[in-house]
Amino acid sequence: MTESLPADAVRVAGMTKSYGGLLALDNVSLSVPRGAFFGLLGPNGAGKTTLIGALGGLVRVDSGEAEVMGYNALGGSMEFKRRLGIVPQELVYDPFFNVREALVFQSKYFGLHHNGGWIDYLLEKLDLGEKAKTNTRQLSGGMKRRLMIAQALVHRPPVIVLDEPTAGVDINLRLKLWDFIRGLNAEGRTIILTTHYLEEAEALCGEVALMDGGRIAARGKPAELIADGGRVRVRLKVEGGDLSLLPPHRAAGGFLSFWVSDYGAVAPLLDAVKNAGCALSDMKISRADLEDAFVSLVGGGK
Amino acid sequence: MRESGFYGLLQKEVLRFWRVFFQTVGAPVLSSFLWMLVFSHVLGGRTAFGGLSFVEFLIPGLVMMSVLQNSFANSSSSLIQSKVTGNLLLLVLPPISSPAFFGAYVVASVVRGVVVGAGVMAGGLLFMPSAAPALPHYVLAFALLGGIMAGALGVVAGLWAEKFDQIGMFTNFIIMPLTFLSGVFYSIHSLPPFWKALSQFNPFLYMIDGFRYGFFEKSDVPPEVSLLVAALSAAAVCGLAFYLVRSGYKIKT
Repeated sequence: MTESLPADAVRVAGMTKSYGGLLALDNVSLSVPRGAFFGLLGPNGAGKTTLIGALGGLVRVDSGEAEVMGYNALGGSMEFKRRLGIVPQELVYDPFFNVREALVFQSKYFGLHHNGGWIDYLLEKLDLGEKAKTNTRQLSGGMKRRLMIAQALVHRPPVIVLDEPTAGVDINLRLKLWDFIRGLNAEGRTIILTTHYLEEAEALCGEVALMDGGRIAARGKPAELIADGGRVRVRLKVEGGDLSLLPPHRAAGGFLSFWVSDYGAVAPLLDAVKNAGCALSDMKISRADLEDAFVSLVGGGK
Repeated sequence: MRESGFYGLLQKEVLRFWRVFFQTVGAPVLSSFLWMLVFSHVLGGRTAFGGLSFVEFLIPGLVMMSVLQNSFANSSSSLIQSKVTGNLLLLVLPPISSPAFFGAYVVASVVRGVVVGAGVMAGGLLFMPSAAPALPHYVLAFALLGGIMAGALGVVAGLWAEKFDQIGMFTNFIIMPLTFLSGVFYSIHSLPPFWKALSQFNPFLYMIDGFRYGFFEKSDVPPEVSLLVAALSAAAVCGLAFYLVRSGYKIKT
């Protein structure tokens, strides 16, 4: 690439979108540095897919700005689309064509009429080589997902958005896809990943934003967000006593969950339980993860 | 200039109907052939108007009716399938411009309409061996204008509909009556005054009458009037269809 490259691969400013009375995006501003592996997390209805749709030109926003690699994504020009590859969440395919034809046509929509070498590379990397002549209708769910990833990459976009790419995908394939996406990032491409699997975001993303109710609720490195929410999760099963005397906690599955700064803070917590007159019947201690951070930062959602 | 995606989408749209040739080309050709077979048997000896035998009168009308119905069917069914299965997304994410998107759907529709029309005409040769059109440029102009108008109308219907049955409704309650009542099977001069007057608001009538004029130099309506009405209605429907494509009607949320 010879053009001068912007510092941010994606820049969204003051974006608002409502559907009737429902505010799907509430004045969202977000920038994703070029070359980042960025996670966009949040419960269903948080606004992630609307935000991605707005970037891809699928959603008419009420107000705000969006740029992809410095090109306006909300105006009339199509330049931004040549720099953006989106893998939609929903499994979609055209049942009239086979795998290779689907990729050939997708290339032609970008004006790429001689893309055979790159298509072969994508087929091989995504383990679709043997299925090149198979009708898309006959692919398994995981294969359709990989075909959609290949379709999003036919034009070698520098920015790739994957909306829940591993939803409903078995663990083996998930690990393969992780490797593949890491490879794309290592080549210098910017990756934006939305996922429900928080361990996926922890494992892959250098930085994450947590969305809730159409807003960015928090943003940072996964480890920082986990630290903000408390590093250690203590789950206690107690009987009797006055629960109002206990430190802030959440009740789920018969357990009370507490987040404390470190393992040294567990003993004082147990003292507090004893002082509240509660009898302890079970205890689980674990290192906090992004899910805990998420629960403590946005008040739950799972 | 960057390529707009037109050729890719056009190729895909043509290949799409060609893959299901028996359904999209074979079936309408066969059903038109059956019309000819039945009518030539029942009404073969009769004269329709202007010295033409009924079968001579019928065949160009059937050809043009096939062009209209199949052009409409191509864009409307392709769009509704893409919408219902969700794969329209794969066309919206790439940088396909609005003129390219609109143009590819309409041109592919015209291709299918003309292919089916040619098939029906080939069948018609069995019943009307000396069928060389007197004015081939008229035949071509009306076939193209009709195909463009019906293809663009299919784009409107395909974008508007959210379910297959809504396309069925559009086809059965609008396209079928307008094409059947457009003078394919009769001269409008044979109609009572009220129905004759009403027929004059049907743009398909001018397309079929003008198309027939291209074969026999005989028509119900002066061919220049038919050409003007065909061109204006094609332009109007194209304008509406292009506006809907450009505004992202029922594509963008």
